[in-house]
Amino acid sequence: MAENNRAVVKLKETFAASIIDVVEFRGEVTVTVAKNAIIEILSFLKQSLQYNLLTDLTAVDYLGKKEERFMMVYLLYSIPNKDRLRIKTPVTEADCTIPTAIPVWKTANWLEREVFDLFGITFSGHPDLRRILMTDDWVGHPLRKDYPLQGPDREPYKGRLS
Amino acid sequence: MGVDNPLGDNVITTSLDLLVNWSRKSSIWPMTFGLACCAIEMMATGASHNDLDRFGIIFRASPRQSDCIIIAGTVTKKMLPVIMTVYEQMPEPKWVIAMGACACSGGIFDTYSVVQGIDEALPVDVYIPGCPPRPEALLFGLLKLQDKIMQERNSFGNAIGLGERYIPEAA
Repeated sequence: MAENNRAVVKLKETFAASIIDVVEFRGEVTVTVAKNAIIEILSFLKQSLQYNLLTDLTAVDYLGKKEERFMMVYLLYSIPNKDRLRIKTPVTEADCTIPTAIPVWKTANWLEREVFDLFGITFSGHPDLRRILMTDDWVGHPLRKDYPLQGPDREPYKGRLS
Repeated sequence: MGVDNPLGDNVITTSLDLLVNWSRKSSIWPMTFGLACCAIEMMATGASHNDLDRFGIIFRASPRQSDCIIIAGTVTKKMLPVIMTVYEQMPEPKWVIAMGACACSGGIFDTYSVVQGIDEALPVDVYIPGCPPRPEALLFGLLKLQDKIMQERNSFGNAIGLGERYIPEAA
């Protein structure tokens, strides 16, 4: 099924070496690609395949579950073709940086600030990489799995009866 | 009849405390400051069915005209400096009502971003539990605040530089 998807066919033609995985689950197609080709692939999807709307841009922390700790996720929508595509790319903790997608979609500006704020992934080439949700003087990145839920300055809650 | 009334029928005698407290409790002007779903209940309390106006409680859009702030909802750490600024802009005397579970204790939001009760930052006069409290509960809380205001002593004298202000402990 996923092999017949119009985007997957074109991506496999053009970026065969950079595609790590293609998955379809309940009609949703996800393409995992290598980080070094991410901007070329995203701009190809926008220019040639009309994925003109970046619905969302976020990240996942796979601490202790995967070799590469973070996974960037780009949720794309094509308004003319009315179909969706999910692009994922792994980001390691050691090299926790990825090129910005602002040249492709301007809306990536604030979305990337949110990912930077909550996950601590830096976006090279971003013009204004500041925190957007937490206060400016906040220490740490709260959506990382090793960030304590109740904050670093509090005793963690261990259950009602403890 | 029995008691002489040398001042005539149009004069009553009372204590300054009673007069000042009565006027203050009858004109509590709360700051409109909604933070979450509790603000919806606060608006409902102010609307015609429950009608806060009949107690002289009229919401003001400026802290400089308010003497009560109802903390109606979840206080995040990012919002706390804003609330502090608004509170500091209010003239004395001023009272704080913590409305709902979040304002009282952080409620279900036991997380890094939420203040675990507004009493960490402001002196709270009345706590109203509930998630959110019904308008009747907010009304009851405001009536409790009126009772508390009536028990204050020498707050007017303190304001003009005479003696200490006495605020009774919670019953």
